Amino acid sequence: MFSFEFMQNAYLAGTLIAIVSGMMGVFVVARNMPFMTHTLSEIGFAGAAFGIFIGWTPLNGMLAFTTVSSIMVGELSGAVESRRESVISAISGLFIGLGILFLSLSQKNSSYATNILFGSVIGISRQDVIQMAALSILVLVVLLLIFRNLKDDSFDPVGAQTNHIYRNIISIIFLIMLAFNVSVAAQIVGSLLIFVLLTLPASSAKYFAHTVLQMMALAVGFALFGVWVGLYLGYLTNWPVTFFISSIEAAIYGISLFYNFIRSKSK
Amino acid sequence: MSDTLISVEDLSLSFPNHPVLSGLSFQVNRGDFLGVIGENGIGKTTLVRVILGQLHPSAGKVVIKDGVRIGYVPQFRNIDVEYPLAIKDFVALNFTGLKLPWLSKKERTRVHQVIHQVGLEHIADRPLGLASGGEKQKAYLAQALINHPDLLILDESTASLDPNTKKELLDVVFRLNKTTGLTILFVSHDMQMIHEYPDHYLWLKKGHYESGPIEDLHNENKEGQYV
Repeated sequence: MFSFEFMQNAYLAGTLIAIVSGMMGVFVVARNMPFMTHTLSEIGFAGAAFGIFIGWTPLNGMLAFTTVSSIMVGELSGAVESRRESVISAISGLFIGLGILFLSLSQKNSSYATNILFGSVIGISRQDVIQMAALSILVLVVLLLIFRNLKDDSFDPVGAQTNHIYRNIISIIFLIMLAFNVSVAAQIVGSLLIFVLLTLPASSAKYFAHTVLQMMALAVGFALFGVWVGLYLGYLTNWPVTFFISSIEAAIYGISLFYNFIRSKSK
Repeated sequence: MSDTLISVEDLSLSFPNHPVLSGLSFQVNRGDFLGVIGENGIGKTTLVRVILGQLHPSAGKVVIKDGVRIGYVPQFRNIDVEYPLAIKDFVALNFTGLKLPWLSKKERTRVHQVIHQVGLEHIADRPLGLASGGEKQKAYLAQALINHPDLLILDESTASLDPNTKKELLDVVFRLNKTTGLTILFVSHDMQMIHEYPDHYLWLKKGHYESGPIEDLHNENKEGQYV
C-alpha cells in the first residue's frame, strides 16, 4: 500500500491533521463552537472554489477565506443566542451559494465540487503535504504557547474574566488557528464533514477522560484511529475514505454515549 | 496605624435611570473580615465589580493600595459538568504571570498547598463536575487563593448551600483570616452568617448604608431582622 506515493501522502497528511484536529477539537467542544466551526468550513468551500476560479490551489483559497472570516464569525459567539443560529444559517447559505457561483464561473466539472465538499485523498500532492504539515506544526506550536491561557478561558470563562488574561487576543488567536485547522482538515474529510475530525473525537473523549490532557490524548487517538483505518479500508475497497472515517468516528461517539449512559445508570 | 488595603471614598454609581450606590465611603484594613449585606439587587455585586475595576463609578473613587492582590470568587460559574476537569487542574487555571504549557514544580506545590488549605486533598483528582455544591465552592475558593492574594472577595459563595455546608466553608475562610491574616470581603444576603463570622459589617440599604463593628449589628438586630 505504501509503495504508492499518493498513499504515503495521504497517510502523512492524515496523521498530522488527526493530531491537530484532536487537540483543537477539545477546545472547540469546551468553547461550545461546533457550529461555528462548521460555518467556517462552509466559508472554506467558497474559498476553495474561489481559489480554483482565480487559479490558486483550493487550499490557499480556503485559507484566505477562513482566516479573514474567522475573526468576523468569532465576534458572533457573543451575540444573542436566539439570533446566533439564524445569523449562522444566513452566512452558511451565502457562502455555499458563492462557492457554487465560483465553481460555475471557473467552468470546472462537478467532480471539483465533490472533492472540496467531501474530501479527496488521491488529489493530495507532495507539495500539498508539505504545506499542510507546515500549517499543522504552526497550529501545534501556537496551541502550546497559549495552552494554559486558552485552557483557562475555555473551561472557566467566568474565572478567566477576572484573571487579567487577554481574553480577546486569546480568542482571536484561537480562531485563526481554527481557520488553518479547518482548511487543512477539509482536504481529507471535506468541508461538509469537518465535524468528523474536529468535534466527534473530542466529544467522545469527554466521557472517558478525567483530565484535560487525557481528553486531548484520547481525542487525538480517536481521530488517528479513524483516519488510519479509514484510509486503509478506502484503499482495500475503493470506497470513499470520507465514508469510512465518518462512520468510524460516529461509531466511537455512539459507543461513548452508551458508555456514559451505562455509567450514570449504575450510580 | 492600620494598613488600609481598600479605601472607598464617596462612591456613587448609577445605571441609566437607576441609581445603585450613592455616597458610599468605607475602608478595608489588612486582616479585616468585612461582611457586606443587603437585599438582592441593592448593589452588592456592583460594588464588587467597581472594586475589581470592571465598572467605573459615576462619582467618588476606590483607592486600592499599591501591590495589593485580590482573589475573587464570583457568584456564578459556567462550567459544564461533563468536562473532565479535575479539581486540581481547575485550581491551577488561575495562575497569572508567564505560563509554561505545563505546571512548574513551584506551581504544583502551590496547588497542593491551597487544596490542603480548603480541605479537598481527598478528591483533588476527581472531576469538578462530579463534586457536591460545597466541594465546588471550596474548589472556587482554592482557585482564588492560588496567587497569594492579600484580599479575598467572596460573592454570595454560600447562597446555594445548606446550613452545615455553609458553616464548613466559612470555617475555612475564618481560619484563613485568623491564621494567615488574609483580609476577607464576604458579600451575602444571609444575615445569620454575617452575624456569625465577620468582625465588621457594611449594610447596603436603599439610598443609604450603615457600617461598623459587628457588635453594633448584634445590638441593632433586636429591632428586627429582615432575612
